[in-house]
Amino acid sequence: MKKCNYNPYITGGLTGILMIFSVIITNKFFGSSSALMRMVIGIENIFSSEHVAQNTYFKMFSRPLIDWQFMFVVGIFVGSAIISFLVKSFKKESIPPMWKERFGSSFSKRAIAAFFGSFLVIIGARMSGGCPSGHGLTGVSILSVASFITLICFCIAGVVTAHIIYKGKRSI
Amino acid sequence: MILLYALITGILFGMLLQKGEVVHYEKQIGALRLLDMTIFKFMLTAIAVGMVGFYLLHDLQGLVLPTRTISLGNNIIGGLIFGIGWAIFGYCPGTSWGAIGEGRFGVLVGTLGMISGGIFYGEIYPLISSTISTWGVYGQISLPQLMGVSHWIIIPLFILGLGFLFRWFEKKGL
Repeated sequence: MKKCNYNPYITGGLTGILMIFSVIITNKFFGSSSALMRMVIGIENIFSSEHVAQNTYFKMFSRPLIDWQFMFVVGIFVGSAIISFLVKSFKKESIPPMWKERFGSSFSKRAIAAFFGSFLVIIGARMSGGCPSGHGLTGVSILSVASFITLICFCIAGVVTAHIIYKGKRSI
Repeated sequence: MILLYALITGILFGMLLQKGEVVHYEKQIGALRLLDMTIFKFMLTAIAVGMVGFYLLHDLQGLVLPTRTISLGNNIIGGLIFGIGWAIFGYCPGTSWGAIGEGRFGVLVGTLGMISGGIFYGEIYPLISSTISTWGVYGQISLPQLMGVSHWIIIPLFILGLGFLFRWFEKKGL
């Protein structure tokens, strides 16, 4: 048996405090998936701004495209990079070790899965109205029933799918 | 100015996600394989702290809580699609940025996947909004409203429940 590791409780608790301060200072609740839609609109605008203007879904994302949440996800990238350099855990990696152990070191195999999986991730997040930040951290902490239902569905489908993918393998 | 606050908040969140090991594929999939509960410990602790803070601000300062509209179609079907994708990809939208930040450049394929998924969703949205989104719509309801009790009954019970859950995780070495 491992000895008790308090790290996730401490970092999680500090995240809770950060969420509260964010609301006190800027009245902004955490969320990460609509920033991606703003990137999508930005990219599609380059190719066909007319098509974007006609799209009923894209119209819901008000301008400017670079908003609070966009800078927030940029910050996630920067913050993670800073800490990983400081504690020297920065490591270039194209295939996660757990995946490699199960499916081998073919990058194209991992790339196809990552593409397909992330394709579903954003469709699911936008359809349900959030991701583990927006529904999980924010929605559940304000006791929003919709977020409880969604988070439970995230977990049920995630656990079932992960068990199917890693069937028969019990070691990390 | 608000963008600067956003960047600082994001940086701090990214640091905590990285330090909490939440951005690792192994921790995300480890949780979904029910082998390692790190991400749930992180997330549920953050939720418990946030819950107390948000409801104190709500009661004392009149903070408006952005309660989500229940649409069982969107919440359940969207949630299940997300879960399937999450287990295949191994990251959620927020943690994927943190993972790229710490050098997991393979995750960039997922960024492309998410952008493509976003373009696709923009196209199918009219269909979704006239079908799935209309199933089981119940408005913006919070758990205290649904159960007809004060939030100060639910919050301590929630935290107590988490305490037992965490004790069980630690006992099992998860």
